[in-house]
Amino acid sequence: MPENTPPTPEPAPAGIQIGVDQWVEQADERRQRRGVGGRIAHLWELLPPAGKLAFLTPAIIVPFLPFMNEGNLFNYGVFILIYALLALGLNVVVGFAGLLDLGYVAFFGFGAYIYSFLSGTHNEKSHIYTHHWSAQYSILLAVVICALLGLFLGSSSRRLLGDYLAIVTLFFGQAFVIFTNTTDPYGLTNGSNGLANVDPLNFRAFGHTLTINSVKGYYWFLLGCVVVVLIVLWCIAESRTGRAWKASREDPLAAEMMGMPVNRLKIMAFSLGAAIAGLAGSVFAAAQTGAFPQNFSTQVLILIYAVVILGGTGSLTGMIVGAIAIIATNQVLDSTSPPNNARVIFYVALVLGVVLTLRPSWKKIAVALVGTAVFGLALHAIVDAVWSRGTSGQVTSGGFLTGVIRHFVLLPTNPGRLAVYGYLLMIVLIIVVVQLKGWWRVIAFVPTLYLTAFVWENILVENPAVTRYVLFGALLIAVMTIRPQGLFGTAKVEIV
Amino acid sequence: MNPALSQQLRNLAGLGVGLVAFMLYAVYFSPTQGWVFFFQLTVNGIILGSIYALIALGYSMVYGILKLLNFAHGDVYMIGAFIGFGVLTLLGGPLNPEIPVALLVLCMFVVAMLGSGFLGLAIERFAYRPLRDAPRIAPLISALGVAFFLENSALLLFGSQFRNYDGYDLISYNGIHVGGANGVFIQYLGVIVIVGAVLLMLALLALVRWTRLGKAMRAVSFDREGAAMMGIDPDRVIAATFFIGSALAGAAGVMFGLLFSQIYHLMGFLAGLKGFTAAVVGGIGSIPGAMLGGLLVGLIESWAKGYLNGNVSDLVVFGILIGVMLVRPSGLLGTPALQKV
Repeated sequence: MPENTPPTPEPAPAGIQIGVDQWVEQADERRQRRGVGGRIAHLWELLPPAGKLAFLTPAIIVPFLPFMNEGNLFNYGVFILIYALLALGLNVVVGFAGLLDLGYVAFFGFGAYIYSFLSGTHNEKSHIYTHHWSAQYSILLAVVICALLGLFLGSSSRRLLGDYLAIVTLFFGQAFVIFTNTTDPYGLTNGSNGLANVDPLNFRAFGHTLTINSVKGYYWFLLGCVVVVLIVLWCIAESRTGRAWKASREDPLAAEMMGMPVNRLKIMAFSLGAAIAGLAGSVFAAAQTGAFPQNFSTQVLILIYAVVILGGTGSLTGMIVGAIAIIATNQVLDSTSPPNNARVIFYVALVLGVVLTLRPSWKKIAVALVGTAVFGLALHAIVDAVWSRGTSGQVTSGGFLTGVIRHFVLLPTNPGRLAVYGYLLMIVLIIVVVQLKGWWRVIAFVPTLYLTAFVWENILVENPAVTRYVLFGALLIAVMTIRPQGLFGTAKVEIV
Repeated sequence: MNPALSQQLRNLAGLGVGLVAFMLYAVYFSPTQGWVFFFQLTVNGIILGSIYALIALGYSMVYGILKLLNFAHGDVYMIGAFIGFGVLTLLGGPLNPEIPVALLVLCMFVVAMLGSGFLGLAIERFAYRPLRDAPRIAPLISALGVAFFLENSALLLFGSQFRNYDGYDLISYNGIHVGGANGVFIQYLGVIVIVGAVLLMLALLALVRWTRLGKAMRAVSFDREGAAMMGIDPDRVIAATFFIGSALAGAAGVMFGLLFSQIYHLMGFLAGLKGFTAAVVGGIGSIPGAMLGGLLVGLIESWAKGYLNGNVSDLVVFGILIGVMLVRPSGLLGTPALQKV
């Protein structure tokens, strides 16, 4: 395999003396710098380039968020932070300890339901619960109960090998969904209607009350939570426990031989992840003043996994960047947001995809893109002359791309079945493109791109809420097969 | 005696004692319903169980050969049901079919099995083969992605409404009454499902036992590298396994459609979980185990629905799965996994 060939030693640049290591010299120089500034510069130097980028991205985006309006701040800011928190928790389980937890979303749900139960008024099925606990106690209790549940579920992994754990957790998650949706013991969960009338975060201590009831307040509170969790996880990851997790992930047998309590480590990771999910859940319940079963469905689980996998398992900063990318896409493709945003993002992503796949050769990129444009215009002209129904449809919602799309994409009046066939054909073509090599691939790109645009305009843009899940499913497969370490993860060293 | 075999015999004996005890309880001590109710539930459970057994076979075969949990299997089953529906609609629908009903049903099965078989091939090629040597967790996540992709693609293409097979209109509402007019009722449709499932399973057993491909499958699942050294191409054998397993799932999908009429895009998720439960209860990797497990899961679900409550029947099935995995992780007919170092 080409990946495994040892790197050829680079020829030494001129002007370097033999026996003097440049890196050591520079490191000595760096070490000379003193004081806080020097320390920070030193830490910055230690970061890999990806880490630097990961630090910079939130630093650039975060200050702008508070200037958005309330709705957007909730949909983007608060959701991104909630998912960042969830992804950080899942990262402990999947990234650090290497376990697959498919019931993770249940802990999120438990956190939300416990908080709702402890701080809120519920009057269902003639059971009246009015506990208005102060938020710090109910959050704490939610976190502790989730950690205990994680302990309980994780201890099932003592006897089960890796895969079985995934399935036990999947069933746990499913049992949670059934429990909240259909069974309603003592009016605890209120079935599929969920719990409303949940208090906002009310911190009462020493006779003072601090209530957070604005979106902006939740935004800053969650930001604080994320930062605290980030710091704690960073410390844990660098500690004895963190190193032991990584060791038992890479090779449980060798880790056991070195005296690490592998089972206990697994359970600890599970429990910690569950606790973080409980924290996210309780804040989420407070932020939307309610807890509903559909907030904790499989879709949410896939979303969290998409964040973790895209960001790169094991990388803390990757979680933040992944959450921003995935959740922003998720919310742009929501059915309530204007489709033109989604359209712009889609075409930009399409062009980017072409550029990335055919990267080194600009000639190929140009041929693929220009070819698609010419092909589309020609096909449109021909179809317009031959079969007028094929071009008489309307572009869904306006925007500045309307004119281009009208002369480029075939828009039948009633796409229905045509769009379905187009979708299937598109999948086949994508498979073909993956198989082909060289110039054949460039040629195959032309109809594929055109068909993708056709399918997008005729079926996808009308169902953005479904499209996004199709895309996230495809993303999981693509990331796993092309770049398993995600954006910011470290590539695994092949042990032969 | 071989220790693994004696373990299996003990498991089966325990299972038999449990079933007989439950039957006695249900027939003699159940306060309100008599034996007819029990046997009606049992018949329903066997019909349901043969569908689960077909799903479980695909899980079990893939696990046996690749040690991979194919989460997308339930969705292949769903796609199979939709392909069968497509054939049915294309050939005139359930009320006025254009060709003889027997031929139509046969067409539905064949096309659905071929379609889902090729879908399984594509899934294997694109989602699992690149990850053959990756860490264990990578193909699982990829499988999750495939499942989600298929589910939502179906939602996108077919919409979220239920599609109706109208299997009873197509074939017959009639059935056999056992024990008088108030006795146990067995629909012809259920008989067809059971017979079809048994035929498919026998064909599979024959294929695995007596053909060259079956021999190659057993060799690859025993030791992939060793098989490759003996001149077997593991990739082809694995692809064939996926094809067969997915085709069985497709057949199960059509059976479900005929029997319960309503198919929709999320039907694969729970059915997949139950098929998996069946595979684990029977002993994952073992083909007779998958059949036995499927039957058991069907029976338990049917009994739980009858004696407890429709809502908790799924919880009961999952609870049994978790119990089995804690007490006997290798299942009823599986051989205990030896971890090689």
